[in-house]
Amino acid sequence: MKSHVIVFPGSNCDRDVAVAIERISGSAPEMIWHKNTSIAESDLIVVPGGFSYGDYLRCGAIASTSPIINEVVKKAKAGVPVIGICNGFQILIETSLLDGALIRNNSLSFICKDIYIKPENTSSIFTKNNVVAKMPIAHNEGNYFATSDTIKKINDNDQVAFRYCDANGLINEGSNPNGSIDNIAGILNDNKNVLGLMPHPERAVELGLGSDDGKYIFEGVLK
Amino acid sequence: MLAKIHITLKKDVLDPQGKVIANSLSDLGFDGIQSVRQGKYIEIILNGDDKNAATTKLNQMCEKLLANLVIEDYSVEID
Repeated sequence: MKSHVIVFPGSNCDRDVAVAIERISGSAPEMIWHKNTSIAESDLIVVPGGFSYGDYLRCGAIASTSPIINEVVKKAKAGVPVIGICNGFQILIETSLLDGALIRNNSLSFICKDIYIKPENTSSIFTKNNVVAKMPIAHNEGNYFATSDTIKKINDNDQVAFRYCDANGLINEGSNPNGSIDNIAGILNDNKNVLGLMPHPERAVELGLGSDDGKYIFEGVLK
Repeated sequence: MLAKIHITLKKDVLDPQGKVIANSLSDLGFDGIQSVRQGKYIEIILNGDDKNAATTKLNQMCEKLLANLVIEDYSVEID
């Protein structure tokens, strides 16, 4: 199992992702500084959360022009599994690997709390466990937006990976933390090998920290 | 040349900040506000004096980086 974690100036979940991957797969990932231009053969590339480039211009916009991004896009298009978490999701959206946009939370507040997400289908390696999972969110711009055409396309094409729900898996307005259209918490690309999600599975890999449900997202790739 | 770029949220994108600004202005006693939309203003100083070439380049800058065309519109003006 060879995995890689991209590190930008301002990434702050890179180490948490590395710990989660090592705990689940037994082998530590290689950390890749964003100035690099190549990634060795990989079974998983993670673009971690944080505040890359201080969120200047738009969250993820500057990081999406980093030297390593061309290689991430190339690998993603070749079928390598890629996960973008939180700011990593924002970065993948800015590269156009994933559809739509992430705008300010409808409450205008930074939200940091545990939420539940439910896989929409089992069409991807990230969602095949198909369980309602508890993990934290921590973001200011996680409100998923897309045009009605795009929403229809990602719904029709099984590209919605996760929706926010309550502890029983019920998807409703009360369980939507940030105003995301149709409670969307994570989406996939056309080929289902690229996942972007706002919740932090890497912060939920040991029960002592409140939940180990994050493993369900990594396990499909790492085991 | 001075280029002035305005970036605004598209009409069908919710602008919660604009709404809060509108509410605050109303609280301050400014009546008659129908709605508020807020955005970004960017100034870029360019070498040379070919306005047509500059406009082409500025449009490319907006499309590649400065604006996110999924949610934002932009306009370019050169002084």
